Amino acid sequence: MARYALRIGALGYLAALLGAPVVLVGWRAFEDGIDAFLTAITTPEALHALWLTLIIAAIAVPANTVFGVLCALSIARRRFRGHGLVNTLVDLPLALSPVVVGLALFLVYGRNGWFGEALIDNGVRVIFALPGMVLATIFISLPFVVREVVPVLREIGDEQEQAASTLGASSWQTFWRITLPAIRWGVAYGVVLTTARAIGEFGAVSVVSGRIAGRTETMTLHVEERFQSFDLVGAYAASLVLALIAVATLVAINLLRPKEEER
Amino acid sequence: MIEARNITKHYGEFVALDDVSVHVEKGSLTALLGPSGSGKSTLLRVIAGLEVPDSGAVCIAGRDATMLAPQQRGVGFVFQHYAAFKHMTVRKNVAFGLEIRKRPKAEVRARVDELLDLVQLSGFADRYPAQLSGGQRQRMALARALAVEPEVLLLDEPFGALDARVRKELRAWLRRLHDEVHVTTIFVTHDQEEAMDLADQIVVMSHGQVEQVGRPRELYDNPANEFVMTFVGEVNQLGERFVRPHDVEFGDGDEATVERVVHLGFEVRVELRLANGEELWAQVTREEAERLELTEGAHVRVRPRRAKVFG
Repeated sequence: MARYALRIGALGYLAALLGAPVVLVGWRAFEDGIDAFLTAITTPEALHALWLTLIIAAIAVPANTVFGVLCALSIARRRFRGHGLVNTLVDLPLALSPVVVGLALFLVYGRNGWFGEALIDNGVRVIFALPGMVLATIFISLPFVVREVVPVLREIGDEQEQAASTLGASSWQTFWRITLPAIRWGVAYGVVLTTARAIGEFGAVSVVSGRIAGRTETMTLHVEERFQSFDLVGAYAASLVLALIAVATLVAINLLRPKEEER
Repeated sequence: MIEARNITKHYGEFVALDDVSVHVEKGSLTALLGPSGSGKSTLLRVIAGLEVPDSGAVCIAGRDATMLAPQQRGVGFVFQHYAAFKHMTVRKNVAFGLEIRKRPKAEVRARVDELLDLVQLSGFADRYPAQLSGGQRQRMALARALAVEPEVLLLDEPFGALDARVRKELRAWLRRLHDEVHVTTIFVTHDQEEAMDLADQIVVMSHGQVEQVGRPRELYDNPANEFVMTFVGEVNQLGERFVRPHDVEFGDGDEATVERVVHLGFEVRVELRLANGEELWAQVTREEAERLELTEGAHVRVRPRRAKVFG
């Protein structure tokens, strides 16, 4: 009896807090019919926002994956001094409010920032342009791969790597043939979380982008802009697209995983 | 064949190896024996190149290997917990070293089949390590190490994670394997019985130093010091004297009371208390125990047949 109560409680909690809003968004997106939905997501602004979101994710996710795996290796294997500092700094993006991250980037790369003038003189625009938005997204989504991979590395230990080295494998060969296959699920899960965070980022990107519709507006910014303009169908439609991308990533990873374990 | 000279290794304040020198003959089977923390595993890892010594030199097959990476030393290493490549089949595990060396496919296949046969895993080639028992995993790890034809085979507590029965089987099997393959082998163990059973030469270590090197029989009969005497084989201490339990003779000597008699099959363990309060135990055969009427509470006279005193 208690077990059922627990189950109903847990499911009810999830349904009320997670399920209902998502379902409602979907429902409201189609409130004015499927044509209105299609029109809303095919406006030039919406398409550009989607495109921009995907571009940013396509840069930020691989960058954070490579960096994340290297960083996890250095933390878990303690190969250099200062790995403790790295370990602490990696969590900074989780602790800082995204708006603060955006402002910090502004201070560094903005017109009056440290590098701002030098960059603008050389024709490189960071703030109110794609580079700034990519930087903000990388910063915000940096910890996920590291945090997923470090525990896996600790758990597998370094004996397999040592065995590979006594068998003649170079560090590079050991990494590709032994370490990476052993941590692949940690990396994959980290990539899913990074992607979700990168696509969903609002605060930091909002500050550095300048929010110019059709130019520096990502999907999340577009949702808010539509909402502020009382275009509710437009806001819900764009939200649904965002939600679908997130679900698709999760499904993709879950489709890959069982195949691997069945063998 | 293998020469470790004046090896010293510190971990912070802890001295793992303190000026250790060991010589191992070609084709021999040598045991590094000692309690945990004695430095035996560290010495093995230094020979393999997995640890860098603070000072000292390692020569393998006449070549100075001190500065060589593990990849270049021509050693095979077997870990206590197997270090199996979990995402690879048994065949792939064994083939690893050969594939790294880019040997032709047909040759790799033939060599792996031969090795799987040698370690009696022929039917398991397409299994994953998770589907093997501990003993099978360790045999796979051994085949993997032997695949690259190392000059030296190094085993770090190879049977430590296995249960007693599998351990005995693998021990006998390793001895036979060594007789067949003749690769110079060093293994680390804390089990003196395992060392006596397998090794041609035993290096007894404690506190990062070598206590004695010798054949099993030599160590047992002529231990160099108190540590070796007490670590290799059972021993009673009577004041300054050390007496092996089978060297306790009944019928003559000091008065003693039998406190307990434990029957261990053929062998009987008799626990005694001397008139002066000292305790000791004697190892006798069942027949002897019956003849001498050794029962609990009996009064007897005992004396050491042989005893050792260390200055």
